[in-house]
Amino acid sequence: MTTIFGIPLAAFLGQLLIGLINGSFYAMLSLGLAVIFGLLRVINFAHGAQYMLGAFVALLLLQYLGVDYWLALAIAPLVVGLFGALVERTMLSRLYDLDPLYGLLFTFGLALTIEGTFRYLYGAAGQPYSVPPALSGGTNLGFMFLPNYRGWVVAVSLVTCLGTWLLIEKTKLGAYLRAATENTVLVQAFGINVPLLLTLTYGFGAALAAFAGVLAAPIYQVSPLMGTNLIIVVFAVVVVGGMGSILGAIVTGYMLGIAEGLTKVFYPEASNIVIFVIMAIVLLLRPAGLFGKDA
Amino acid sequence: MGALLQVADLHAWYGESHVLHGVDMTVGEGETITILGRNGVGKTTTLRTIMGIIRARKGEIRFAGRDMLSVPLHRTAHAGIGFVPEERGIFASLTVEENLTLPPVVADGGMPLEEIYDLFPNLLERRASQGTKLSGGEQQMLAMARILRTGVRLLILDEPTEGLAPVIVQRIGEVLQKLKARGMTILLVEQNFRFASRIADRFYLMEHGRMVADFPVAELPDRMTTLNKVLGV
Ligand SMILES: Nc1ncnc2c1ncn2[C@@H]1O[C@H](COP(=O)(O)OP(=O)(O)OP(=O)(O)O)[C@@H](O)[C@H]1O
Ligand SMILES: [Mg+2]
Repeated sequence: MTTIFGIPLAAFLGQLLIGLINGSFYAMLSLGLAVIFGLLRVINFAHGAQYMLGAFVALLLLQYLGVDYWLALAIAPLVVGLFGALVERTMLSRLYDLDPLYGLLFTFGLALTIEGTFRYLYGAAGQPYSVPPALSGGTNLGFMFLPNYRGWVVAVSLVTCLGTWLLIEKTKLGAYLRAATENTVLVQAFGINVPLLLTLTYGFGAALAAFAGVLAAPIYQVSPLMGTNLIIVVFAVVVVGGMGSILGAIVTGYMLGIAEGLTKVFYPEASNIVIFVIMAIVLLLRPAGLFGKDA
Repeated sequence: MGALLQVADLHAWYGESHVLHGVDMTVGEGETITILGRNGVGKTTTLRTIMGIIRARKGEIRFAGRDMLSVPLHRTAHAGIGFVPEERGIFASLTVEENLTLPPVVADGGMPLEEIYDLFPNLLERRASQGTKLSGGEQQMLAMARILRTGVRLLILDEPTEGLAPVIVQRIGEVLQKLKARGMTILLVEQNFRFASRIADRFYLMEHGRMVADFPVAELPDRMTTLNKVLGV
């Protein structure tokens, strides 16, 4: 049997894949957080709840309307994105002139409310969501067996992250976003509707979280608290990457997912804390994060 | 010459501090007006209040007959007013060309991009570099150029020559002359007398948050001594 550093190759690659899958979710979620933080200066504590909402919308669409995975992948982000936009317009936007702490407290409260409501309605237990038939089964890559759905998740997450990055770096809308992140008042004085841009950005961030939630539904179970555990790790990812750095969020997301996976191989006891240990080290050596501007 | 911009009894505040104390000013269509005044008398505040950046304001601002007090900041440009701020406001996260094309075109009659690049060949050459990598003079050119594209009728500039080398000041003067010839209305704050006297049609002198004098450029030589005293040059 082939081994690497004394570990069976199959086990090594298996953990690497799990790390890559987790990293895909870390990257998509921290990307949304970074986009929202960059422009709105709000630390969106409701991001985990929005991720959970995406998975739940997909589940409920299936249970009540028979809507399949593929359609849910489009509908759930739309629904959650609109909900996010509505929340921004009616509530969050009233807090911009106050201390940033208010935005954080508000989104934290929002997360508790949403998660509490779903726990009340559907219980805390996870509900399975099956893998779409077109992606069931797996492929033998020769050196390992790759479940098709997992391969799909990694690919879609890469495309999503790359697409978002291109949207921000290479388009007109992205230029508005970058400029408004630097100097909101001047961008507004140029005749750009910044309040609308803020609403769209928050809606987009929420939709991105929901999209990740739908992708996650067949892998993890759908439960009201599925976002709570994840979001803590994602915040650590954002801190390591550097608050507000888009590229930093993406790269760090995958990197830390893989680091976590590999720790499971070499020192399983530490796998749950390795990301936080890395965060502590980065905070000591480079407080603005690996990709932070004022490091 | 009808008034394009009419400001009457304009007051403005920064929080509790009352900075504009009843500014009266008229800018005719096609005119170039320069506001003079010592540091801290409220020149920048006047421009920012007209733009709608400072919202704690009272009085009257009419542009092309329209009441601007109720217009939200992001609609001011659409009414036809373009702003070149004192700090220039070039975006570091945007390339030169992205900076140049950022402000939306609000009306016909703006300069096409090719013409802008003819006027500012440096910007063409460096269009892919980061906006803030340009020299101070180039950044000022960029800050002006991006407004020219938009088709606004009134160009507001805050100390466009501040801290720039004489050749660049000369160049900015030429550009403003060209704009004047095209019929653009210009309102600028300027400390540099010699520069201002070459382009301005009329001057306002500001003191303690209000206009205290208003005279055409022809009277400038006669007023030089008093102005020098008032401005402490
Ligand atoms: N953001 C602010 N908050 C509080 N007070 C301010 C602010 N900006 C300016 N002021 C005050 O308002 C007054 C007018 O300032 P303003 O910048 O309009 O002056 P100015 O005539 O443009 O001066 P300068 O020639 O130095 O540019 C000054 O007393 C200044 O200290
Ligand atoms: Mg000033």
